[in-house]
Amino acid sequence: MTSHLVPLIMIGGLTSTGVYLLLERNLTRMLLGLLLISNAINLLILTMGGSSGNPPIRGRTSDGQTNTADPLAQGMILTAIVITMGVAAFVLAMTYRTYRLTTEEEVGDDPEDAKVSEIAAKDAVAIEADRPQPDRARDTDEPDELDALPGHEGSR
Amino acid sequence: MTLAAVLTPLPVLIPTLGAATSLFAGRKPRLQRLIALGSLSVVVVVCAVLLYLADRDGTLALQVGGWGPTEAGLGPLGITLVVDRLSALMLLVSSIVLLAVVFYAIGQGIRDGDERQPVSIFLPTYLVLSAGVCTAFLAGDLFNLFVGFEVLLAASFVLLTIGASKDRVRAGISYVMVSMVSSLVFLFGIALVYATTGTLNMAEVAVRLEDVSSGTRSALFAVLLVAFGIKAAVFPLSAWLPDSYPTAPAPVTAVFAGLLTKVGVYAIIRAHSLLFPDGGLDPLLLVAALLTMLVGILGAIAQSDIKRLLSFTLVSHIGYMVFGIALSSELGMAGAIYYVAHHIVVQTTLFLVVGLIERQAGASTLQRLGGLAAASPILAFVFVVPALNLGGIPPFSGFIGKVALLEAGAQNGSTLAWVLVGGGVVTSLLTLYVIVRVWTKAFWRSREDAPEGHLSAAAPAALLDDSEDVEFLDRDDVGRMPVGMLLPTGALIAVGLSMTLLAGPFFSYSERAAEEVLDPGQYISAVLGR
Repeated sequence: MTSHLVPLIMIGGLTSTGVYLLLERNLTRMLLGLLLISNAINLLILTMGGSSGNPPIRGRTSDGQTNTADPLAQGMILTAIVITMGVAAFVLAMTYRTYRLTTEEEVGDDPEDAKVSEIAAKDAVAIEADRPQPDRARDTDEPDELDALPGHEGSR
Repeated sequence: MTLAAVLTPLPVLIPTLGAATSLFAGRKPRLQRLIALGSLSVVVVVCAVLLYLADRDGTLALQVGGWGPTEAGLGPLGITLVVDRLSALMLLVSSIVLLAVVFYAIGQGIRDGDERQPVSIFLPTYLVLSAGVCTAFLAGDLFNLFVGFEVLLAASFVLLTIGASKDRVRAGISYVMVSMVSSLVFLFGIALVYATTGTLNMAEVAVRLEDVSSGTRSALFAVLLVAFGIKAAVFPLSAWLPDSYPTAPAPVTAVFAGLLTKVGVYAIIRAHSLLFPDGGLDPLLLVAALLTMLVGILGAIAQSDIKRLLSFTLVSHIGYMVFGIALSSELGMAGAIYYVAHHIVVQTTLFLVVGLIERQAGASTLQRLGGLAAASPILAFVFVVPALNLGGIPPFSGFIGKVALLEAGAQNGSTLAWVLVGGGVVTSLLTLYVIVRVWTKAFWRSREDAPEGHLSAAAPAALLDDSEDVEFLDRDDVGRMPVGMLLPTGALIAVGLSMTLLAGPFFSYSERAAEEVLDPGQYISAVLGR
């Protein structure tokens, strides 16, 4: 199988641009990223189907080439295009819905997740507040209960 | 045509036709419910017969439309559907779960739903989801597996965002994006496999990959593993799951939690044992399994919402299955298969119970729940049985599956396997801790002790979640638990218990399935006829 450099560079370019866009928080950009990556992969499948210029019908010649073009690769691309189109339509609908509900089109944080990390921060404060603080004024050379605290062993 | 050839396509065909007809019956909810229940019941019967046939005759392959192998050395031209013991078991367990959940959803809709509910699309979409799950389990070629994934994903997008409230759209967006990325990675893997072998039929790919250098094979396996790992929620790729599942309506979360990740696990089993029997990534998978178990369960400890907490245990227990698969021994695979079946049932049951809790107590967060054991002993019972089952308390099936996996780890004997055994035990104990925490907080303490115990949702939600918070005492009386919701929950608990009562025959079936899965020759000869 011979692969051509130009399509491969295009595939790489499309994928990297797509990944860059997908990492944004803006929904339209994420959708564009998704579409770019899917186009890159379709192009990849097409490249896998053999070199260009082969006749689509078995036993014919086109431009001096006699190998039949691979119909399976094209069939797969068609299926993938249809699926991506359906999902893209769904994402657009959701983008519009988000815009209607929040007047912005960005992916929000999970509120429950934020709540959990808030609790974690609060718990840490509570534990800190519960820890007995040594009273310097009462600190004598006599052994007392404060000596048992970590960091105050044998406090003199 | 043999009986098997007639039955094999039915688990896909029946739900698809049911979806089409029930969409036309959109204005007649009763007819729609009848179609959904009827078609899924028939699927359960068909899958049970397929299980019997697959166990009796070995791997069954159906070349759809008769486009089978035409000449020597050339694989099947058309779509191949394959039923072996593993896929038959997956089909049967999934169809039982699908039937129980649709029963629950209908029971909930009859009791709590009203005209505003999007009934007319819920059941058809649910049937499309069922068809997608069955396609994925039956697929004999990689592209058909991809199509199965896409069908179930497209349906799951709709189900997850049903009602399109703010929370659900937010959760839906991250779910859709992550799922699409995993699908694209899968498609990328398909393109690479096609470039390497010139075919996508799994049996033929398996034959031709034997001549491919091991480096290329590992690379292909790694790409597919990333795709399936996202779907199965294996650790570094699992963060999307607890973020998106909990906002959906209870029956939807239940069926997602039970089935969708397991489809990914099933795909990992197929890729690992059929396509890449010596893919060389087992140590990596073992480490991923360990991290999945530990990170998942530690996440569960921090949660206060029961749905999120259960989503984290779901992630955590996927680790056990990956552990069993990565050992690539017969006992490990048998344990993984048994554990998948057990976990589908138990995790679905628990989410259904949370739906009941939410209905009766008006909340699913531990900040608000309390006193449920006194308020409803039946609810306490239906929670505690599957919960202890999940935690792996001895008589239950979770214990049997974990023992098999730990034994397989010990049999393997390598240091990494022993570390995994330790990790498995710790995860099991922590799961028990999480369960006990829910039990003491939601069931034992009184509601006044809960920090926000005075608040609750105004009305029981069925598919929409638009009810406001009100004072718990002002809440309308929701009445007893509807029989239509309690019955399927009880039935799934009974299925879970039967895995204990019939553990002998069930586990020996899993062993036979594992033996078949680990011997790709049977699969290949059934599909290629040589």
